[in-house]
Amino acid sequence: MKEAENNPIVSLIASIVSPFIMLFGLYVIFHGHYSPGGGFQGGTLLAASIILIRLAHSSHTGQLQFPAKLGTPLGSLGVLIYYGTGLAALWWGGQFLNYAFLPLAEEISLRRSWGILLVEIGVGLAVMAILVSIFDDLLEEEDHD
Amino acid sequence: MIEFFLGHYAYWFVLILLVIGLYGMIIKHNLVKKVIGLSIFQVAIILFFIASSTKWEATVPVLANHHEKIQAAAYINPLPHTLMLTAIVVGVATSGVSFALLILTYRRYKTLNETELLKRMSEEDAE
Amino acid sequence: MKDQRLKIVNYSLLLIFLALLIYASLGLSPRGDLNSWVNREESAAHSPNAATYYIRHAYHDTHSPNMVTAILADYRGYDTLGEETVILTAGIICFLLLRRERRKTKNSKNKEIKAEK
Repeated sequence: MKEAENNPIVSLIASIVSPFIMLFGLYVIFHGHYSPGGGFQGGTLLAASIILIRLAHSSHTGQLQFPAKLGTPLGSLGVLIYYGTGLAALWWGGQFLNYAFLPLAEEISLRRSWGILLVEIGVGLAVMAILVSIFDDLLEEEDHD
Repeated sequence: MIEFFLGHYAYWFVLILLVIGLYGMIIKHNLVKKVIGLSIFQVAIILFFIASSTKWEATVPVLANHHEKIQAAAYINPLPHTLMLTAIVVGVATSGVSFALLILTYRRYKTLNETELLKRMSEEDAE
Repeated sequence: MKDQRLKIVNYSLLLIFLALLIYASLGLSPRGDLNSWVNREESAAHSPNAATYYIRHAYHDTHSPNMVTAILADYRGYDTLGEETVILTAGIICFLLLRRERRKTKNSKNKEIKAEK
């Protein structure tokens, strides 16, 4: 990334705001059962907080927070969590992605609730990592030209 | 007549947005502007689905009170919201792919203008 | 001259498209109508309507008041699985397209430097 002149006000405000955006993203993921929210929205918020740091500071600081090479492995891990939840239901004798067979709680509806939470975590992780990695890839070449 | 207008005007705004997106894709010669037109087209379709999920005097599809009997007319249709939620994020990812392709095109041909690009491609074929 | 004619054809195509779309929209049921097919209790094939079914049974089935989350991750879990795979594929495509190209340009730059020497 091109080294822009680092405006101290912009970097300070970005440093202050970014953790709150990240916290709000986590809230949106984990509170998705009870209020508007879920994995896709929360993952996008997490990606926004990481990209904000990359835009406001030098690219080196952004790499310290979330290295670019982590993007694809974390995204694959998110998708694997999703597939793993489905396969776990298969393992305990049900159908693929039928959370009623996951031995996480007594009641069927609570089991489905836990299954939804697991899936949302996977979706949020994948969306965050993939969006950040697309951003990194698009800006990759700038310092070589 | 006025009732018909009030029930349909939101659709017409969405259709105008759709044609603006198509205008960007057909008329403009810059490839980046074509991608922007594609995004506008996509947003228009998403807005169409969201607009069609409305019910008058209904609220968001989050259950307010689960002890009473659930009135289906009290909550707007949750199905289009779900489908469009995934469509938005997939749209962002696919526009990322299209921008990556544009970057590659620019690196090879040093232009993003469509006519210029076709000319340079045919020159390269001739060589 | 030829460009001018092409432009006229393009604009008229757009206008015809808009007219067709507006003509089609006249047949839609008005927004918010409780009697339109998507909002009825029963679908045209006399099966229970999906959206109404979700509203009535989402909390009972999944213990989550947010129906959108319940549909997204439970009723239509396969759909979301496919979408997430699409996102991962898009990310990997970006990675492959841009990273491989970078190594190539590095090599070509090295070759150029060697050639200059």
